[in-house]
Amino acid sequence: MKFGVLVFPGSNCDHDAYWTASKVLKQPATLLWHGSHDLENCDAIIVPGGFAYGDYLRTGAIASFSPVMESVRKFAAGGGIVIGICNGFQILCESGLLPGALMRNVGLRYVCKPVHVRVENADTPFTNACKPGAVLEIPIGHMEGNYFCDDTTLADLKRGNRILFRYVNPQGEATAQANPNGSLENIAGIASEGFNVLGMMPHPERSAEAILGCSDGLRVFQSLAGAMVKA
Amino acid sequence: MLNDMLNKMPNATIAASAAITPQLLKDHGITADEYARIEAALGRVPTLTELGIYSVMWSEHCSYKSSRVHLKRLPTTSARVVQGPGENAGIIDIGEGWACAFKIESHNHPSFIEPFQGAATGVGGILRDIFTMGARPVAVMDSLRFGPVSADGVGHRKVDETTIHRNHSILDGVVRGVASYGNCFGVPNVGGEVKFEYCYSGNPLVNAFALGLVKIDEIFYAKAAGVGNPVIYVGSKTGRDGIHGATMASEEFSEGSEAKRPNVQVGDPFMEKLLLEACLEAMQTGAIVGIQDMGAAGLTCSTCEMGARGEVGIEIDLDKVPQRETGMNAYEIMLSESQERMLLVAEKGREEEVFAVFRKWGLDAVTVGVVAAAPRLKVFEHGQLVADIPNTSLTDDAPLYHRPVGTWQPPVPHDIPANIQLTASGDQTSALYRMLAASNISSKRFVWQQYDSMVQTNTAEGPGGGDAGVIRIKGTNRGLAMALDGNGRWCYLDPSLGAKHAVAEACRNVVCSGALPVAATNCLNFGNPEKPEIMGQLSAAIDGMSEACVALDTPITGGNVSLYNETLGEGIYPTPVMGIVGIIEDLNHLTHMHFTQSGRAVLLLSASTPADSATAVREFGSSDYAKEVLGTLWGTPPALDLASEVRLQRCLLQLIQSQVLDSAHDCTEGGIAVALAECGFRYGVGARVNLASNGKPLEVTLFGETASRIVLSCDQINVPRIQQVGVEYGLSVTVLGETVPDTLEISVEGTVAVAADVSGLRDRFEAALPQALAADSALVAGD
Repeated sequence: MKFGVLVFPGSNCDHDAYWTASKVLKQPATLLWHGSHDLENCDAIIVPGGFAYGDYLRTGAIASFSPVMESVRKFAAGGGIVIGICNGFQILCESGLLPGALMRNVGLRYVCKPVHVRVENADTPFTNACKPGAVLEIPIGHMEGNYFCDDTTLADLKRGNRILFRYVNPQGEATAQANPNGSLENIAGIASEGFNVLGMMPHPERSAEAILGCSDGLRVFQSLAGAMVKA
Repeated sequence: MLNDMLNKMPNATIAASAAITPQLLKDHGITADEYARIEAALGRVPTLTELGIYSVMWSEHCSYKSSRVHLKRLPTTSARVVQGPGENAGIIDIGEGWACAFKIESHNHPSFIEPFQGAATGVGGILRDIFTMGARPVAVMDSLRFGPVSADGVGHRKVDETTIHRNHSILDGVVRGVASYGNCFGVPNVGGEVKFEYCYSGNPLVNAFALGLVKIDEIFYAKAAGVGNPVIYVGSKTGRDGIHGATMASEEFSEGSEAKRPNVQVGDPFMEKLLLEACLEAMQTGAIVGIQDMGAAGLTCSTCEMGARGEVGIEIDLDKVPQRETGMNAYEIMLSESQERMLLVAEKGREEEVFAVFRKWGLDAVTVGVVAAAPRLKVFEHGQLVADIPNTSLTDDAPLYHRPVGTWQPPVPHDIPANIQLTASGDQTSALYRMLAASNISSKRFVWQQYDSMVQTNTAEGPGGGDAGVIRIKGTNRGLAMALDGNGRWCYLDPSLGAKHAVAEACRNVVCSGALPVAATNCLNFGNPEKPEIMGQLSAAIDGMSEACVALDTPITGGNVSLYNETLGEGIYPTPVMGIVGIIEDLNHLTHMHFTQSGRAVLLLSASTPADSATAVREFGSSDYAKEVLGTLWGTPPALDLASEVRLQRCLLQLIQSQVLDSAHDCTEGGIAVALAECGFRYGVGARVNLASNGKPLEVTLFGETASRIVLSCDQINVPRIQQVGVEYGLSVTVLGETVPDTLEISVEGTVAVAADVSGLRDRFEAALPQALAADSALVAGD
């Protein structure tokens, strides 16, 4: 049950994910340097939030060419569990591990606030500790979280039940007002075809302890730990 | 090797002298008297590079030449203070092996000229001040001042559309700049304040505060030591940006100041993040002797200050300095304020350990000089000595001015103007709505929602949530609370009393969250010190601040002075801003401001003896109600008795620690009516209360800003205990009423004066700032 948290130059949620995995979830965890191909036999890879390579060129674009991402692509191709959070989601899209892209928020501003997301599919390694339709409070903090994909991809995502989280209001309704960034169909997180890769804009590590105001985000980590025990 | 090269030219002759003309001195902001001192210190005519070095080191910004004699009156020590003023940041012992480094610094002038980069590099500069001490920055806050963003409630001055539009643009640029730097760097913004007054239109204030954590035995200092040790340059390459930034920050603005835009530095937060990680990692090698960031006055300041602190010399070879542009001369390299650079002294022979860390992070690290025995700054370029200056002539022996201190008399009436009628009865609900929409009271969500307030997963109370920002310290059950406060309008009416209020209120805010205030940092924003009345303001504010910091046991461990905050001869309100840091020993004591459920008792804990009606009305002239609703200003700030304030804060902390309270909220801007409304916003819980008027007009009872008062809520069964503790501290504990669902109803002497839905009040509170900015559609797109 070993977590590996990638560290790119400019990652700034790497230590947060590491803390949640190792101290809150109490699982073995290690930091993995972007310049190395070695995933150190980790069972799950977290691509953390931040500004990898300064987000120059385009968010996540440069990181996708890093040596460690070559290994992550191979790992994912073999069914390995990968979760990209915020900038990590952007990197996974740029790396081709997830479809679509994250555009600039409709408000053209960085937005940091707690939002509600609804669990659309609870039968995945990332959500199995949640009830289907559960509403979780998890914060966002991003400038480019406006998910977009073409119609064919959207149809694929829906058909495969691969939309795992949608932005909703506290009552669980996916309204326009509950959408903080203009994402297509209020999409907050999607999975790969094999359900081993997740990308999500909200930061579950930021609501994983009561002292932070909410611990709903811990469910995502607990799901992962549960999934790995089963595996 | 560089070392050898420097050794081969110990007797190199100095480069040609500059052709000194009155115009050259004027361009460098050096007076004739100051020039005479330069010649005396050197024993000859300076080179142009030397003249440039003196001009920045002796600028107001770097030398504090007008304020130093007064700053000496501030208290700076306590059992907790590990490092007081004089280093890059102050440091206090916070227990369990941890220390925290913190400081506040201004970036006012650059933020007016180029709001985005000015504000961004303000954040960048204060962050470097923290991590250069070995501390990882864990929180930032900002105290911002702008001109009016709407024509309503600008007080006693009229403001035109062009000015309002420009104020919008400055606010937007500053907020985006703060956000862009802090968000990318990865430090949470946990609070701060934003206020609006007419006087800040041509001179906004951007005061950036940062706090970092360091193990108490792993602190680094900006001190050079060890003759022969290498001096290493790390971080960004040097360009021509920011040359004479410190000198610019020491002048008044006039028409054409915008042309100084090239003096403003350009920030790269990604580079700073790499520099942070690399510096902290390099410090772990044990090979670093001393380290200082290159901020104002860049390479000049870092070399001579590190040398001066260590009583050694530093010799540098500019040919080795990484440069972004070609053809830069010694003058430009020494005065560049390019961002994200550090200078460090390493142990001789261990350079490679340091280089390896910086290589890993993809950063330049180059030996540019050597520590020498003679306490001088020697600068070589192309094998020639271009500057050779005794360190202390640049630092300790910089000019010190005892500028004439006049008396400040605010040009406002002492008593309420005859045309203003206050009332004894009537419905004040619409006045409360108006107050909640007032620019100094309304929600600043538009601002702080653009800041990452949660990165690092330590934020226990973020912006908009409480009176102070709170972070937990991982691996302990402790927290740190921090608050910024400053009331320029009150300081304008009475600089000493206003400064006392800033200290008292920031401390009160910190106590409301459950923390013991333990230390302070200050940012003194004033006008032109060459005017005796401005020096009168500065001197009085320092006296008031000093008295309050002694009373509240919060020594000042560092800070910053920003003078010449004037545009076209008109000064800002004297605006001392206080940053207070407090320790929460047990995070179970963390307390919030919000009413949590209905049926709880609502109390007012007060240390103020009720003023007579005439005094209360005189004090009312300084209130936000007077500014916002009456559009005028008179009288004095509220009286403040520091001994009572201390008792109030000790009592509140005891009540919080004995866990008998549900919530605690400081009652200040907008008075008790606004405080009660704010308590209800998070959970939609209101209150039904009755207030005594003590013969005061209705507006004064509701919106008066009498000091030293806290709104509490608690379980009814705890009321007697709270009253008993209050009496023990010599305070009054008044039961105002109880919390109720959804509505706020405030009676005065039994007659309802305010009745409103909490949600309606909150909507007005939240909508005011976005609506004011809506005049510029580009500013409010989306959320």
